[in-house]
Amino acid sequence: MIRQWVCQTVAPTITFVLLFAFCVASFASDEFAFDFSGKISLENRWFSQPGIYPNQARKANGFVIEPEFYIEHETGWSFSLSPFFRYDHSDSNRSHADLRDAYFLNYGQGEASEWEIRLGIDRVFWGVAETINLVDIVNQSDVLEDPLGKTKLGQSMAYFTLSGDWGIAEFAVLPHHRQRKYPGPKGRLRSQLIVDTSKSTYESKSKQRHIDYAFRYSQTIGVADVGISYFDGTSKEPSLRPVVNNDGSAVLVPHYEQIRQTGLETQIALAEILFKLEAIRRENAVNLRFKEDDYSAFVVGGEYTFYSAFGTDADITLLAERIKDSRGINATNSLQNEIFLATRVSLNDVQGTQLTASTISDREYESKTLNFEFKRRLSSEWNFELEATHILEADPNDPHQYPIRNDDFVDLRLIYHF
Amino acid sequence: MTDIFAALRKKNLVYLLVVITFIWSIAPLPAVSQTPEETGLQIATQARESQRGFGKLTATQTMILRNKQGQESKRQLRIKVLEVANDGDKVLFVFDEPRDVKGTAFLTHGHKQEADDQWLYLPALKRVKRISSSNRSGSFVGSEFAYEDMTPQEVEKFTYKYLRDEPCGELNCTVIEAFPTDKKSGYRRQLIWHDKEAFRVWKIHYFDRKDAHLKTLILDDYNQHLGQYWRANSLMMENHRSGKSTTMIWSNYQFDADIDENEFTKTGLKRVH
Repeated sequence: MIRQWVCQTVAPTITFVLLFAFCVASFASDEFAFDFSGKISLENRWFSQPGIYPNQARKANGFVIEPEFYIEHETGWSFSLSPFFRYDHSDSNRSHADLRDAYFLNYGQGEASEWEIRLGIDRVFWGVAETINLVDIVNQSDVLEDPLGKTKLGQSMAYFTLSGDWGIAEFAVLPHHRQRKYPGPKGRLRSQLIVDTSKSTYESKSKQRHIDYAFRYSQTIGVADVGISYFDGTSKEPSLRPVVNNDGSAVLVPHYEQIRQTGLETQIALAEILFKLEAIRRENAVNLRFKEDDYSAFVVGGEYTFYSAFGTDADITLLAERIKDSRGINATNSLQNEIFLATRVSLNDVQGTQLTASTISDREYESKTLNFEFKRRLSSEWNFELEATHILEADPNDPHQYPIRNDDFVDLRLIYHF
Repeated sequence: MTDIFAALRKKNLVYLLVVITFIWSIAPLPAVSQTPEETGLQIATQARESQRGFGKLTATQTMILRNKQGQESKRQLRIKVLEVANDGDKVLFVFDEPRDVKGTAFLTHGHKQEADDQWLYLPALKRVKRISSSNRSGSFVGSEFAYEDMTPQEVEKFTYKYLRDEPCGELNCTVIEAFPTDKKSGYRRQLIWHDKEAFRVWKIHYFDRKDAHLKTLILDDYNQHLGQYWRANSLMMENHRSGKSTTMIWSNYQFDADIDENEFTKTGLKRVH
């Protein structure tokens, strides 16, 4: 595991950093602008109950290091480098490193439009919703960082953007597929069976080297931001098939299908109201019963903000979202038929204090989760964050929530920015 | 219609021309015939016009936030402004401090009549989020400046009234009242002191919706750029209700800066560094 770490991520990162340092040293002149920043986060995560499966840890303590290097030439092109390192004292799988960004960027002005190209490893965000971004398909999710998949792994790509009064057209060529990473035997928030990523299989004969394409067109029409997208390539979400090893132990083996996905996203800003919609149609993916099942899914909702509420400086935002997947109980995603409700209080004070309380309740099963987040700035460099998740109900029939029914936790983070 | 044709008959036309010429000849003495509202609008328009025409501008802004006990905290941001013909300015704020919001960018497409368009770029998520521009009166990054104090005040979004002339330091100032037409504004009115020499603003009193004196802004350390544009390097906003204050220091002014229009787009927002 550690060797894999060193070979796949730490070594290339060090190479890039040295390359970057070499660039800085040799090009140090007025033509170049440099920037170095980043953060270190100390984390303590306590689970209030012992794990259901043997050997599962009670704590997930550790740290995260995320430096950022940036170099820009006066002609406009730039190079960004952002490695990521997580150390988890209990779960060696969750100790992971990743190259989030390592890309060259250049841009310019055409006759009636502006062009931009990004070459290398990058992260691309598509979508508008709070809970789940169905249309966000360019990058693999880092589920070790965020089980709901909001955090992304770096993805090698050539990314072209053309924009003008007529809108924004984006086109991505993805030459290498990133596999999803899963918690190890000691880790929490996992399925009963361990996922053995070394046995991963692909539908495509080219396996990880299948060339995927993604396209998006978006435009701002008055108060509305609208986007349509299309993806053709390897799914980011594998089907997980149980396999019995020679020694009699069982594991889950990921299989990555070739899929096509069409997406729609809309965001409408009406004074204090923000309306959001994401909808997709996905073809060729298999469902939870391993049957090919073309499906549609949507997330619709919005937020309403009371600015300067009750005559104070605080803003209070109410958020609501409805998620629906046409596969119902056969959906592979844990968010397939849910209602999300949240309240966010931003004190707008010097410390940027923010409190968020939210619930996600399943309409298919009797499952309900409560989440609480608190963020506060301690100084210009230090921040404090507290996150707590409480599983109120976990339906024994719910294939996504029941396996993690004991995994309520409190997470404390102390973050230093440099 | 026949009346108009009648008025256009040669004899009447000559008479009409005489009247117009007479009115024209007395027009350069407006102070006599202008209402306080017209004078107020004229001062505000001239003040705004004296600020316009620079095209592009970049600057650095440092804010020192002070609470009642005198504890200080600092904000640092870079500002880029692009003038748009016949519309409000496009303004881009990029944060350098506090460090946790470093790289966060805030883009406003100002409009003269309708509500502004605003987007926020969150670098950690590489996400551009559209935000509501109805948050006019909210605090900008915890400072005593509200969002509506951070962008240039378009003349079209206020009605004005001239009150009096008054000495301000060594200069002579006019005092005008400005009433925001936007119902989302946190102010009922502002009292603005402009000097008569160059229409520079020296002081603003802000009155809340209940007409209580909420804040005072003192502008100081004016410098002239390109031999034309006067800009205050120091702005001190004091909140009389909370006892807190914010000092805003402008530096590195660069007029007619080398910036592209495409830095003020949603795509450009993602390139911010």
